[in-house]
Amino acid sequence: MNGEIPALLPALPEIILAIGAMILLMLGVFRGNGSFTQVTNLSVLLLVICAAVMISEVGGERQVTFNNMFVTDAFAVFAKVLVYMGSAIALLISGKFLAEHKIDKFEYPILVLFATLGMLIMVSANNLMSLYVGLELQSLSLYVLAAMNRDRLRSTEAGLKYFVLGALSSGMLLYGISLIYGFSGTTEFDVLATSLQGEGTPEIGIVIGLVFLLAGLAFKVSAVPFHMWTPDVYEGSPTPVTAFFAAAPKVAAMALLVRAMINGFPALIEEWQQVIIFVSIASMLVGAFVALVQTNIKRLMAYSSIGHVGYALVGLATGTQAGIEALLIYLAIYLTMTLGAFAAILSMRRSDGMVETVDDLAGLSETNLPMAVAIAIFMFSLAGIPLLAGFFGKWFIFLAAVEAGLVPLAIIGFLASVVACFYYLRIIKVMFFDEPSGAFDGEHGRSVSLVVGTAAVLNSPVSFLLISSLAGAAAWAANSLLFQ
Amino acid sequence: MFFGENYLLSLMMLAPVIGSAIILFIRHKDAEIENRNVRSVALFTTLITFFMGLDLWAGFDNSTAEFQFVEKFQWFGDISYYLGVDGISVLFVLLTAFLMPIVILASWESIGKRVKEYMIAFLVLEALMIGVFTALDIFLFYVFFEGGLIPMYLLIGVWGGVNRIYASFKFFLYTLLGSVLMLVAVLYMYFQSGTTDIPALMMYDFDVDVQSWLWLAFFASFAVKMPMWPVHTWLPDAHVQAPTGGSVILAGVLLKMGGYGFLRFSLPMLPEASVEFSWLIFTLSIIAIIYTSLVALVQEDIKKLIAYSSVAHMGFVTIGIFLFNTNGIEGAIFTMLSHGVVSGALFLCVGVIYDRLHTREISRYGGLAVNMKIYAVTFVLFSLASVGLPGTSGFVGEFLVLNGSFAYSSWITFLAATGVILGAAYMLYLVRRLIFGELDKDDVRAMPDLSLREKLIFAPLVAVVLWMGIYPNSFLDPMHVSVQALLETHFPVETTHAATIDTSSAVVGR
Repeated sequence: MNGEIPALLPALPEIILAIGAMILLMLGVFRGNGSFTQVTNLSVLLLVICAAVMISEVGGERQVTFNNMFVTDAFAVFAKVLVYMGSAIALLISGKFLAEHKIDKFEYPILVLFATLGMLIMVSANNLMSLYVGLELQSLSLYVLAAMNRDRLRSTEAGLKYFVLGALSSGMLLYGISLIYGFSGTTEFDVLATSLQGEGTPEIGIVIGLVFLLAGLAFKVSAVPFHMWTPDVYEGSPTPVTAFFAAAPKVAAMALLVRAMINGFPALIEEWQQVIIFVSIASMLVGAFVALVQTNIKRLMAYSSIGHVGYALVGLATGTQAGIEALLIYLAIYLTMTLGAFAAILSMRRSDGMVETVDDLAGLSETNLPMAVAIAIFMFSLAGIPLLAGFFGKWFIFLAAVEAGLVPLAIIGFLASVVACFYYLRIIKVMFFDEPSGAFDGEHGRSVSLVVGTAAVLNSPVSFLLISSLAGAAAWAANSLLFQ
Repeated sequence: MFFGENYLLSLMMLAPVIGSAIILFIRHKDAEIENRNVRSVALFTTLITFFMGLDLWAGFDNSTAEFQFVEKFQWFGDISYYLGVDGISVLFVLLTAFLMPIVILASWESIGKRVKEYMIAFLVLEALMIGVFTALDIFLFYVFFEGGLIPMYLLIGVWGGVNRIYASFKFFLYTLLGSVLMLVAVLYMYFQSGTTDIPALMMYDFDVDVQSWLWLAFFASFAVKMPMWPVHTWLPDAHVQAPTGGSVILAGVLLKMGGYGFLRFSLPMLPEASVEFSWLIFTLSIIAIIYTSLVALVQEDIKKLIAYSSVAHMGFVTIGIFLFNTNGIEGAIFTMLSHGVVSGALFLCVGVIYDRLHTREISRYGGLAVNMKIYAVTFVLFSLASVGLPGTSGFVGEFLVLNGSFAYSSWITFLAATGVILGAAYMLYLVRRLIFGELDKDDVRAMPDLSLREKLIFAPLVAVVLWMGIYPNSFLDPMHVSVQALLETHFPVETTHAATIDTSSAVVGR
């Protein structure tokens, strides 16, 4: 085995992405900041190429490589498609904003690419070590991105806060990994799973390690009680960066969490299930109640995302295939809602600067009706009202919960969604029922309009036609994870 | 003669959607012309839907309890796009289609701003309401049931009165809270039975212990929607603040979804629990009838008064449904239909004078009989129909419910009949203050009588109210077999001791 070159095909898209990102970095360095637009466009192209290579060349077969450190299967393909989409769209909508704020540095797309690479490794991690490596690559890129607007206090504060708390969570994660390794003698998911199988009560060291691992990962998905960084980072970071944070990294971290629990610790389901249930209830409640008093729309979206993570975790809490399938559907729908919403937020701009409070949206329906309708669609969809895509996510999630016997969890979830509905409705109220407070600058770039429009259509009742294929794809992906 | 028999229900839902899509693309540089075009398209669309509804009624076979006009397509998972009507639902579809053109006409002049959005919201709402009454898949039903909140929320919030924001939030959140509990029950039923087919679920035997919980979850949703005392408080707010058209649809159709839900879900799917909890329904209904009638007596706002009277009438409906005999259930359905027309008409009457004087305060009016003669006649007619005067639609339903309840318990009849008396009291008191008395206010004196458009709105309503009162068989015949089948399949014991008076002859031979 030693000295042999490992099979590279399963990791081909990641390799292409890594090399491509280096080349683009060179391009940027040699051409200076003037190359921002070029590098951004090439980065989007690179992401599309990687996604295409993944779908056509790698496929959904389960393959492992690099000494079982790296795995690719249908689950990975599904999650990675979402990650590619999230990153590419975040890049697409950011150009104009960054240029206007004079932070259109070529490092931005490069950092996004490296973060994406980290996420891909996270999704494909089959070992606690590769898990950590992927996570750190992603997190370090994200820290820098958060602080990208370095002349502004809020942005640097966000970056610093994110870094300090992120480092703490990485520490916990590492500590958990070392405990697990110490007590089981392996860091590989498959070996862990088999070695833990059949034992009566698991060793206490493993359980403690597992809890630390969960704490570290809960931080990355911003689940309560490890959510404190989210509102500050969301608010402080430049809006395109926030849009990026809200989408792709959430999907990757969630996929990682799912794979680690389902593939690595299936025998300890009793232990981690309790933790996940607690975290999910806490996230749903905090996401619903704390958002009620927010006035800044980015903070509000931060709490909304915390709540949505809570709903997605319900799917994991079931520990069943239906639950994982529901989680994947939820993530896919969440991605469209959140990217659409952030693209819409990006377009809210006046000559005197960024618009960030909810009240600034007043009367949007009279000044810019299509945008108001699109935001209303996103808000109703986030609230999970039927007719819109968000409802399907909730339907699948809670169906899985009821099937797994978690009826109280479903009831709490639904009640929290009613509370959460209030603040989504408030945004709609401000846009439709209040008097206009002055029009926005109409010009926000074609790509932003495109993203808002597409996402709005996907979330509208058009989703009735698409849900069947999405459910099919999610079932295909979830199936590969559990029954290898 | 029945065109598109196979897809009639889908077409009825599709027509308003297409209509709203057309409206979306109407543009003209002159706002006046644009609005006129928008209104015309909306009216035309709803009329087409109404004619399809008539077609549905004509093609409906009264002799079978099976679902008719069935359409079924696999959607995703076990869920299918499954539509159909039976004797219980067909008339609600018709009611919806009947009220919509009237609502559009009624909003012709009173809605001046954002006409386009207003009409789109109404047309979408119509499609959803028809969907609720025709869905035979429980998932589909829920989607339509809840989806209707969105247009209604916008209608109240954008075109409503002074306190519209409070009312729209209250309406939305109240209803949503009830419905999510129902959703949990729906998920559980799906998980237990492995199907979302409503006909299949009707035949499924749920465990008796579980039934109680499921029943309560459904109750939470339908009781709010009905609305039953004590969760009726959203209704007066929503009614008062909503624009006239919104009030008409709210009272005319949306409230009927609760009663329809009880008949479609609670009774056939959870029969044991329904029997077990009927005391609860009776208690709440009787409180509702007496309490809200008393509250209605002291109202100063016309719309609020009618809103409270709606709660009282819905009390009759819930009593009728849970009597488990033919008279009771047919009476309940008939009361719902009659109330849909009558209360809708009363709200339109309020709209007429509101458009002229821009107030709903009762004391600001008086003596309308002197200068608005046709209006006065119309208003009195609908008031008497609301009271339940024989010869109008209101009488038949209440009579059947009281008749059915007499077979069940004479106490319920006694208390419910008290409500009829109180109903007469508050309606006649309203008529006295509004229509009769001195015409001493100058601005009231200056109010013109009904315009041609308004006469056109009221003519069909008057005709239907009298038709339903004089020859109710046209409306009772479609429901006989379905109601009979519902009772025989699920409540074989209860039906035996029910009164076996031939309902139709009892009414007509009066």
